[in-house]
Amino acid sequence: MSRVRVLVGTRKGAFLLTSDGKRASWEVSGPHFGGWEIYHLKGSPADPDRLYASQSSGWFGQVIQRSSDGGKTWETAGNKFAYQGVPGTHLWYDGTPHPWEFARVWHLEPAPGDPDTVYAGVEDAALFKTTDGGRSWQELPGLRQHRSAGLWQPGAGGMCLHTILLDPARSGRIFVAISAAGAFRSDDGGQTWLPINKGLQSEGIPDPTAEVGHCVHRIAMHRSRPDVLFMQKHWDVMRSDDGGGSWREVSGNLPSDFGFPIDVHAHEPETIYVVPIKSDSEHYPPDGKLRVYRSRTGGNEWEALTNGLPQRDCYVNVLRDAMAIDALDPCGVYFGTTGGQVYVSADAGDRWAPIVQHLPAVVSVEVQTLP
Amino acid sequence: MSAAGAAGRAVIRVVLPAHLRTLARVDGEVKIEVEGPVTQQSVLTALEARYPALLGTIRDQVTQRRRPFLRFFACEEDLSNEASDALLPEAVIAGAEPYLVVGAMAGG
Repeated sequence: MSRVRVLVGTRKGAFLLTSDGKRASWEVSGPHFGGWEIYHLKGSPADPDRLYASQSSGWFGQVIQRSSDGGKTWETAGNKFAYQGVPGTHLWYDGTPHPWEFARVWHLEPAPGDPDTVYAGVEDAALFKTTDGGRSWQELPGLRQHRSAGLWQPGAGGMCLHTILLDPARSGRIFVAISAAGAFRSDDGGQTWLPINKGLQSEGIPDPTAEVGHCVHRIAMHRSRPDVLFMQKHWDVMRSDDGGGSWREVSGNLPSDFGFPIDVHAHEPETIYVVPIKSDSEHYPPDGKLRVYRSRTGGNEWEALTNGLPQRDCYVNVLRDAMAIDALDPCGVYFGTTGGQVYVSADAGDRWAPIVQHLPAVVSVEVQTLP
Repeated sequence: MSAAGAAGRAVIRVVLPAHLRTLARVDGEVKIEVEGPVTQQSVLTALEARYPALLGTIRDQVTQRRRPFLRFFACEEDLSNEASDALLPEAVIAGAEPYLVVGAMAGG
C-alpha cells in the first residue's frame, strides 16, 4: 500500500508526518533543527529518500540540510549563495536604490530526473542551482540581471523568490514568482527571462498594469497541462492558458480574493484550491471561519470546504508554501497554519481533520507519495 | 607580543552558542589549533576548517563580516568591533581563557 510523508517547515523546526494510504493515523517526527526557521523542505522526485531543507536564523544565517534516508539523518550541505558579478541594486521600500543582499532560501525545487540537481529561490530575489547535491550553488544571473530588476521592490516579507515551477513537458522552461516583482518565465533553462504579468491589475502600484511590480503570492500548475497556470496574487485569483502570456481573473464568488497558497488537484487539472484571507492588513480568514475553497471549473465558481475545519473564532493564516497535494486517488490535500495546525483531507477536500494541532507557526508543507 | 601569538602554534579554547554546538555536533567548548598569529580571523578560519558546518554561520561567507546578532568576547572584553587581524589577549593564546562566540539576547 502506498504511503505519504508530509514535510512541514515551521518557525522553530521541521516535522515529518507519515501515514499509510488511508491517511487517518499519523506518526510525527521532530522537531528537526529545533529553534531554527525552516522555510522549506522538499524531496527529490528522482529519489524520494533524498530530502533538502532550508534552515535559517536571524542570528546564524542560512544553512542547507540534506538527507539521504528520508529524513532519519541529516548532513549540512553548502550554504554559500554568492551573487554572480557585481550584484547591483533594486529599489528599497522608500524608493531609493538598495544593493542586492542575500538573506535566506525561501524555496527548494529538486529537478525531476536527478536527485543532485536542485533550484533554490532566495531573498533578495535570485535563482540558484546546484548539480552536486547542494555542495555548491551557482546563480543563474539572467533573472537578477533582467532590465527591469533595478525597479523591483520588496514586499512586506522581503524581496523573495518563493515559487519555482519546472515545466515537465518542455525542457528548459521554468516559471518563477517574486514578491513584489511578479512572475517570470525562462525557456532556456534560466539563462534569459521574460516577465509574464500581462493581465494582472494591482491597485497598490503607480501603474496598475505595469510590466513588473505585482505582488504575486503563488503560482501552480497541473503537470499534464503545463501551459495552464493558476495564480494567487496579493489580491485576485488569476488564470493563464498560454504559459503566462496573459492572465484573466477567476476570483468569481470567493468571499475574499486575497490569500497566499493555490494548488491543483492531482488528477483533475481544472480543480483548484485556495484559502481566502480577509485582507492584506487582516491576515486571517473572513468571519473567523477557516474555509478552503475549491473550484472544479478552473476558477470563477467556488465552493466552501468546511467539514472538519474550525468555523468560529479562527484567526490563523495559511502561508504561500503551506499547501500540498498528494498523488493518491482520491488525492490528499494538506495545509498548515500560523497557529501550528496541519490539516489533511483524504478525499480531495470534502472532509478535513487535523494531523497535529500545536506545532510552531507553519511556514511550508510538502507531501511525498511513496510506494 | 608572545611567541605563540606571533608565529607558533596555539590551542585556543572556543565557546560556541548552543545552536552552533548542535550544528557542529560538539558538546561544551572546543579546542582549535591555530598556526601563526592568533587573531579573531585566524581562530575563526581554523574553527570553520575544523567544523565546516559552521561556515557562514558566524561570518558571512562572501563579505567575511560578523553576523550582526553575534558578538565576540574574551577576558571580559567585547572584541566584536576590534580589527579582525589584531592579536587576541595573551590569556586566550595561552589557553587560560576561552574565546566566546555569543548570540545576542534578542527575541527568539
